[in-house]
Amino acid sequence: MLTNEEVAQTIINQFGEAVTDFDDPYNLLTFSTSREQIIPLVAFLQNHPTLQVGFLTDITAVHYPDSKGKEFCVVYHLHSLTNNFRLRIKVYLTADDVHIPTMTPLFASANWMERETFDLFGIIFDGHPDLRRILNMEEMDYYPMRKEYPLEDGTREDKIDALFGR
Amino acid sequence: MLDELDIAKKNLPAEQGPVQYVNELTTLNLGPTHPATHGIFQNILQMDGEKIVSGEQTIGYIHRAFEKIAERRPFYQITTLTDRMNYCSSPINNMGWWMTVEKLLGVEVPKRAQYIRVIMMELARLADHLICNGILGVDTGAFTGFLYIYQEREQIYEIYEEICGARLTTNMGRIGGMERDLSPTAIRKIKELLVRFPKVLTEFENLFNRNRIFMDRVIGVGGISAERALSYGFTGPNLRAAGVDYDVRVMNPYSSYEDFEFDIPVGQSGDTYDRFMVRNEEMRQSLRIIQQAMDNLPEGPYYADAPQYYLPPKQEVYKNMEALIYHFKIVMGEIDAPVGEVYHAVEGGNGELGFYLISDGGRAPYRLHFRRPCFIYYQAYPEMCKGLTLSDAIVIMSSMNVIAGELDA
Repeated sequence: MLTNEEVAQTIINQFGEAVTDFDDPYNLLTFSTSREQIIPLVAFLQNHPTLQVGFLTDITAVHYPDSKGKEFCVVYHLHSLTNNFRLRIKVYLTADDVHIPTMTPLFASANWMERETFDLFGIIFDGHPDLRRILNMEEMDYYPMRKEYPLEDGTREDKIDALFGR
Repeated sequence: MLDELDIAKKNLPAEQGPVQYVNELTTLNLGPTHPATHGIFQNILQMDGEKIVSGEQTIGYIHRAFEKIAERRPFYQITTLTDRMNYCSSPINNMGWWMTVEKLLGVEVPKRAQYIRVIMMELARLADHLICNGILGVDTGAFTGFLYIYQEREQIYEIYEEICGARLTTNMGRIGGMERDLSPTAIRKIKELLVRFPKVLTEFENLFNRNRIFMDRVIGVGGISAERALSYGFTGPNLRAAGVDYDVRVMNPYSSYEDFEFDIPVGQSGDTYDRFMVRNEEMRQSLRIIQQAMDNLPEGPYYADAPQYYLPPKQEVYKNMEALIYHFKIVMGEIDAPVGEVYHAVEGGNGELGFYLISDGGRAPYRLHFRRPCFIYYQAYPEMCKGLTLSDAIVIMSSMNVIAGELDA
């Protein structure tokens, strides 16, 4: 049974400065990396003889409009079925350059997860075989999960965010 | 009789040698609303005669933007969204959501509530697998099995009704436990089900397991190797049918699953027959879990001592000042959650159902993402159908148990 510290140490030994912000909220090892390193990092984790992180659980994104230079965060959840530990890897992107390499060569399941993230957040996965909208219609010209797109009708004064705790 | 046959033979056209195929593919638009698919699925298939050459799915017909809606709702109002994902087993979705919130808030759930939750989740699994296997029978031409088991599904829905008052979209449970204890009627109904269900399941298996027509239709149809299944992100019965013994209940036990003794059935070839058999065996294991939970049901409270989060019982609200205050605060969404990010997974009817919740300290999630197992494994569908006939494609889809609500969220 590998502890989170051991896994973190293995990753730091290989990637050094490229991986940062190690944390384990609710016992799930979380760290950040850059978009240049994400594919080599996941390929390393996948092929590592002891770690064997062979299962991509999820890809999603989060929009933080207020944090300058880190407006978008692409979140990868990975799972090592042989050693039973999970990993969460975050890649922060700026709002004017939302490109990130695709993970489809490593996991077939990344295909739709990335399409969904593109559909909802407009993150562009470079090298993706078929990057189209998946849940929404193709004619849509905005990315609905971004925070600037309001859920309520924007002209209504009685439903402003402040009244609802936001 | 013989004469008739001879006449029939004479009426046949003379043999003409091998049929000449024109080398042109037909495009077949299967869906969006096709009577053989359960829900709204569109598949654009390229056909060479009866054989499928390639296919492409269109999804999103019932996309309801749950993740966006959840960003404006307090935690108690999000269970109603989870109901509508996999509506064949909504209690599992509800409980998964409560456990995610409890993890974030740090609420310790008492043993009795955990056991009641296990019972409800396993009943939901029974209902889910019954539908899937029953419908698989219908799609191969056997309606009888489907009708037999509907009676048992009805019993399960009556138990839901006894627990929470609803049947399909259950909205069951509370933060910190259940809304009410198991009533004597509920206990009686669960015990009755435990006696009746194994017999019905045996009858159901006798109808199908060694049925020649059924076996011809499903064995070797839609197989997938363990490597491909893992790469495609398969979880749940579909992954186990391919031979990988991954089950969230055992790997990351939640809600006291570590207390129960049960087996994980696995298949070999990952074909439709294996998926059918794995689901059947899982129903037996679910019954074992329910039996153990009923036998060892601990005494004690059925909800956590967390008045800030647990919606107080209605009779208390009418009599007790504190309860009224908390009721008001919770319903109006004035309770703030701590800052944090949580990923919690439960074993849903179709596999790993994950909730990724980011809280910024407000009343509603900053971001909530559902890891829907259907959405992830449905992308393997064209690969599994390739080279098979159209009727096989229908069977594969129903054995994968693709639920439209979960697919599109």
